[in-house]
Amino acid sequence: MSAHVSPRSTYFAIFAALMVLTAITIGVAFVNLGPFNFPVALSIAITKATLVILFFMHVKYSSRLTKLILGTGFFFLTVLFVLTLSDYLSRGWMTAPPAAVQTAPEAGR
Amino acid sequence: MSNHVAHVHHPALQHQFETLEQQQESATLGMWLFLVTEIMFFGGLFMAYLLYRIWYPQAWAEGSLELDIVLGGVNTAVLIGSSLTMALAVRAAQTGAPRATVAWLLITIALGLTFLVIKGFEYAHKFEMHHVPGPGFQFEGPHARQVEIFLSLYFAMTGLHALHMVIGVGLLSVIAWMAHKRRFSPEWYAPVEMSGLYWHFVDIVWIFLFPLLYLVDRAHHFA
Repeated sequence: MSAHVSPRSTYFAIFAALMVLTAITIGVAFVNLGPFNFPVALSIAITKATLVILFFMHVKYSSRLTKLILGTGFFFLTVLFVLTLSDYLSRGWMTAPPAAVQTAPEAGR
Repeated sequence: MSNHVAHVHHPALQHQFETLEQQQESATLGMWLFLVTEIMFFGGLFMAYLLYRIWYPQAWAEGSLELDIVLGGVNTAVLIGSSLTMALAVRAAQTGAPRATVAWLLITIALGLTFLVIKGFEYAHKFEMHHVPGPGFQFEGPHARQVEIFLSLYFAMTGLHALHMVIGVGLLSVIAWMAHKRRFSPEWYAPVEMSGLYWHFVDIVWIFLFPLLYLVDRAHHFA
């Protein structure tokens, strides 16, 4: 087979990068960034996952068809998150007008 | 029958494929298709995590403080290390070094088992503290019921991940045995590569589980 053989140094460099990013994400966990703790932790995790996928899983050297399949997976994962959250998070937007809510118990008397 | 001499089949080449390259490409594609279904499988749990986190941020902060950041951090390092040794095992198979392939696979298995043992200690501690969701669940604090939901998701997500680790250890044991029996060569090592893809995928799931469960809501207690 004529697959790409990465030099050992690449794997050790990726390992080092993953460990540094792990140390950063642990460190940041003790710093209060208010609403930014979650996006920062998630960004670091996505960066780490991307390094593993591209280099350890050889996607960087894989065929375009393999890349398309992987991309499709993440596309539908995004659909899962966006559609579900757009439902749940928007449910409170369509409450009845205040007047209707206040008169409702009286109507029942 | 000179035709036969020019048409020597590699023993690993299956009849439906023209070449080993084509066979390898099909295997890679099939493995990635499987991994995409795995992404969606775990995706549902991450979705549940995300929604309950939005609904009960206080409970998420209290719950994540109950998890042991040291054990979680050590396990993260162990798993990333096992991904490195797995990548080196695949490389050894690619370059035709069966002894090194077996050695790296055994180290990977050992690191996988280390992860599971540490996870076992974490679970045992949760049982001692009565932090396991169910009739015996006890938790001091104003959001005990919601913390129970957090810990339910903790056990569901890390439990499913640990199950994948157990399957991975079994898979790598078989591959290590095959490598020991000299079944692989630089021309054909797809089973090593495919089990590597699986192992790295399990590593990626933990890369997300660790910050989301152990870290992300911790900082609000250090304001």
